[in-house]
Amino acid sequence: MPSLADLRKRIKSIKSTQKITKAMKMVAAAKLRKAQENAEKGRPYSEKMNNIILNLSNNITDKENAPKLLAGTGNDKVHLCAVLTADRGLCGGFNSNIVKKARSFFDKIIAEGKNLKIITVGSKGYDQLKRIYGNQIIDKISFKDSKIANYLDAEIVGKKIIELFRKNEFDVCTIFYNQFKNVITQIPQAQQLIPLKSTEVKENSLEDNYEFEPEEDEILSNLLPKNISTQIFKAMLENSASEQGSRMTAMDNATRNAGELVDKLTIHYNRSRQAAITKELIEIISGAESL
Amino acid sequence: MNNVFKVEIINPEKSFLSKEDVAEVVVPAFEGDMGILKDHISIISFLKPGLVKVIDTASNDETYYVEDGIIEFKNNCLSILTSNIFDIKKIDKNKVRDILAKAEQEYQNQEISDEAKYLVNHKIEVLKSLTLN
Repeated sequence: MPSLADLRKRIKSIKSTQKITKAMKMVAAAKLRKAQENAEKGRPYSEKMNNIILNLSNNITDKENAPKLLAGTGNDKVHLCAVLTADRGLCGGFNSNIVKKARSFFDKIIAEGKNLKIITVGSKGYDQLKRIYGNQIIDKISFKDSKIANYLDAEIVGKKIIELFRKNEFDVCTIFYNQFKNVITQIPQAQQLIPLKSTEVKENSLEDNYEFEPEEDEILSNLLPKNISTQIFKAMLENSASEQGSRMTAMDNATRNAGELVDKLTIHYNRSRQAAITKELIEIISGAESL
Repeated sequence: MNNVFKVEIINPEKSFLSKEDVAEVVVPAFEGDMGILKDHISIISFLKPGLVKVIDTASNDETYYVEDGIIEFKNNCLSILTSNIFDIKKIDKNKVRDILAKAEQEYQNQEISDEAKYLVNHKIEVLKSLTLN
């Protein structure tokens, strides 16, 4: 049975934790609005880019000589996986969900006897993966200093991936990130970047009477590296919106839990206090009676 | 007048500019500057560093500096996707000098290919013309 002073101390400490979680929730909510706005503003660019590339690749007649970034190397022995996570914790299942998704993919690849190479973007992903896949991690990148996701950061990652591709370090490249659906739901995604998968072909958006200047393959070879940075940037934007959303929900829950705990402890505290008073009264009364 | 079309300039962060009523847009396409009017054939092309000029029906023009990009013209809608764009009226001269210095440094780099060298050289020229006026 804890003493009254202990209870008082606990209540006080939970209350200050609650203050922190509440503040974090507020901050996350404010940041979420901004991040969500950014994610929405960034969508047209990546969608347009995707459309143009689809149009281009549909117009390429010579599939054999198509740029390797589009068609792949023809093998799928070495997989490069870029895992995009946050640099900060305390955001619920956000980081673990991405890592979980990535790990099931890694295990599948390893089970198939293929080579695996990992790049982690964001320090939390590295922390969670280094113990099991320490040897496979070839690079870790962290953008702790940039407050919001910006295109230059995405370009750094994109260039790194392209450079590795040029050196024939891998055949297939996949990125992992959380797609922002709404504040409560974020869906971990695996997206294959190289070779480009044209799964989302919308028939009506395709046209085949385009004029190209210069030739299709020249535009493509110029555009594909950019597309990789763009897709990574999109992933980063989605990620940052998801991170804030996830943190907001997590902190909201934490605040509520702390409130419940405080209520429970306060009742407990009051009961013990009253019990102590009653006990003292009984002692006094029975002492007086015996006189 | 009905000779107007829509132009959208989009950079990765946001939609930079969107106008419904432009008469002509001049873009620095890879194989030379290209003026686009209404009912141009559908085209996809990419840009080299240079100036994008948006001209409205009253022949007022707005000029932007772009570093690279890709354009798509379809159904009288011109989309310009670019990662780097500045309004030259608002850009401050020091920033231009910064980019210029970086470009010149890149030009000195012996390892880059001839094609890249040509692009950088072109960029330097455009930037120099910006610092002059």
